[in-house]
Amino acid sequence: MTASLNARNLVAALVVAGLLLLPLYTSISGNVFALTLFTRIVIFALAAVSLNLIMGYGGMMSFGHAAYLGIGGYAVGILAHEGIGSGFVQWPVALAVSALFALVIGALSLRTRGVYFIMITLAFAQMAYYVASGLARYGGDDGLTIYKRSDFGGLVNLSSRVQFYYLCLACLLGGIYLIWRIVNSRFGLVVQGLRSNEARMQAIGFPPSRYRLVCFVIAGTMCGLAGALLANNTDFVSPAVMYWTRSGDLMVMVILGGMGSLFGPMIGAIVYLLLEELLSQVTEYWALIMGPLLLLIVLFGRGGIFGLLGRLRRG
Amino acid sequence: MLLVVEQFLNGLQFGLLLFLLAAGLTLVFGIMDFVNLAHGSLYMMGAYFAATFVAWTGNFILGVMLALGATLLLGIVLEFVALRHLYGRDHLDHVLATFGLILFFNDAVRLIWGPAGLALPLPAWLTVPIAILPGVYYPAYRLAIIVVALAVALMLYVVVMRTRIGMLIRAGASNREMIGALGINIKLLYTLVFGLGAALAGLAGLMQAPILTVQIGMGENILILAFVIIVIGGIGSIRGAFLAAIFVGMIDTLGRAFLPDLLRQILSSATASTAAPALSSMLIYLLMAMVLVVRPEGLFPASRR
Repeated sequence: MTASLNARNLVAALVVAGLLLLPLYTSISGNVFALTLFTRIVIFALAAVSLNLIMGYGGMMSFGHAAYLGIGGYAVGILAHEGIGSGFVQWPVALAVSALFALVIGALSLRTRGVYFIMITLAFAQMAYYVASGLARYGGDDGLTIYKRSDFGGLVNLSSRVQFYYLCLACLLGGIYLIWRIVNSRFGLVVQGLRSNEARMQAIGFPPSRYRLVCFVIAGTMCGLAGALLANNTDFVSPAVMYWTRSGDLMVMVILGGMGSLFGPMIGAIVYLLLEELLSQVTEYWALIMGPLLLLIVLFGRGGIFGLLGRLRRG
Repeated sequence: MLLVVEQFLNGLQFGLLLFLLAAGLTLVFGIMDFVNLAHGSLYMMGAYFAATFVAWTGNFILGVMLALGATLLLGIVLEFVALRHLYGRDHLDHVLATFGLILFFNDAVRLIWGPAGLALPLPAWLTVPIAILPGVYYPAYRLAIIVVALAVALMLYVVVMRTRIGMLIRAGASNREMIGALGINIKLLYTLVFGLGAALAGLAGLMQAPILTVQIGMGENILILAFVIIVIGGIGSIRGAFLAAIFVGMIDTLGRAFLPDLLRQILSSATASTAAPALSSMLIYLLMAMVLVVRPEGLFPASRR
């Protein structure tokens, strides 16, 4: 796969360069808010990128992806609450619990197809939401405040805005790189083949469920990492991060950017959250514009932003 | 004993209400193959319309009738302007578009009616308790909900199974090209079905309104429950939706009523009072997960198709 200079790659490269240089801009202009905003955006971009792996490449429409944001976040929050502040413990636990959750619900959900799959993933995420609201010891509905961010010794200081931003960005770019490797590997090709034609893939000897399940677990684990980052970013975790509208947000980001494209979901997350931010500065009723905008995108802009860029090139 | 009867009736009442919501959803889903997340917004709009019209006319029945008409009209307009262009598209497109509509409706309501909730006061004749058994009293309004919902369910059955329109609807569900080729205006039929679904959702919303407050986002939790119901019952099956709705209504209500006491037997009182509501909410999703694993098509799959 050689990268050629087309509209898509150009935009992706410019966006990545912009993200890399952002702290330079904020330190010169003193606009600290932009850095906080973009830290959040980068974290959600990681979540969207992970969702894209199963949705875009695997054809598995999960409507419960926000559950991992909560699971990763609660793993960090609960350990911190119990006095285990080391990130070397917190983060692996966050990843492991997310992977385990994905393994269990994936094994059950993947028995269904289509709209039933959408609904069962939604149901499992709602279950996770209610479990979190029932955790009386860890704040229940009100959520859990994290008094100290994950401690990584002298390696990286999460309390430093710039260092934390670069850590999040590194996770995002690492995630995209991983997905690029997966998609172009034999495993990734099988998963994409299953999306296109399951019967044929089965006929040439690939067990569909096993491949899908592994893909599902990878995506869930990656989103669990985003959850751990998010909890550190807000110093807080509550059941609300797992609510079904949050899963909807993630889906919107993926579709808006372009499902099944490498950089599309990242761009989708940036555009969606920036739009939300800008519109809410203009008017308190930002969703009044955002809602119909989504409808218009669905009606007229098939393939998302990356799809549009692709068509631009062809002319 | 008294408590058991009362909670049982509450469960039945909530289940019937859920059925009204789920019926519209499953009709639209089964016939147009359309996933409508904004169904909960129509439920909310029904409640807001009712609160407004009742206050405006000063008459409960008249206000409710106007609200029903308004929700029906809203559904038809929505279908005509936007949603009909999405039939035949991917389910994901439906999810995204109607997710946008939820955002829109929530903020539109906030703009028009303000962020604070509204109350829909009942007329005096609906607030008296009625003796259903000697010594067992039950609020008249909740009984009225049960009666109205049962009547609507019966009417729905008659319309779908016994009338010409219902025949066309069923025919449209099994083969839309064929029914179009036979000279039936399938687009009009779809608009009607969507309007009917919207009116049912509005009815559920306005009937629930006097019990809970009318507020933004009221349709979202209950929408998920309605989806759970149509998945358990089998998508497109009204009979399945009916049975599943009663079942879910019962589990939810009885779980909320009796789980805290049950849990207090094993857990400390404080832990039990937070864990119980969470557990009873979870029960329903657990049930759905089990049904999907054992019978992925739902308990009563629509035999047509």
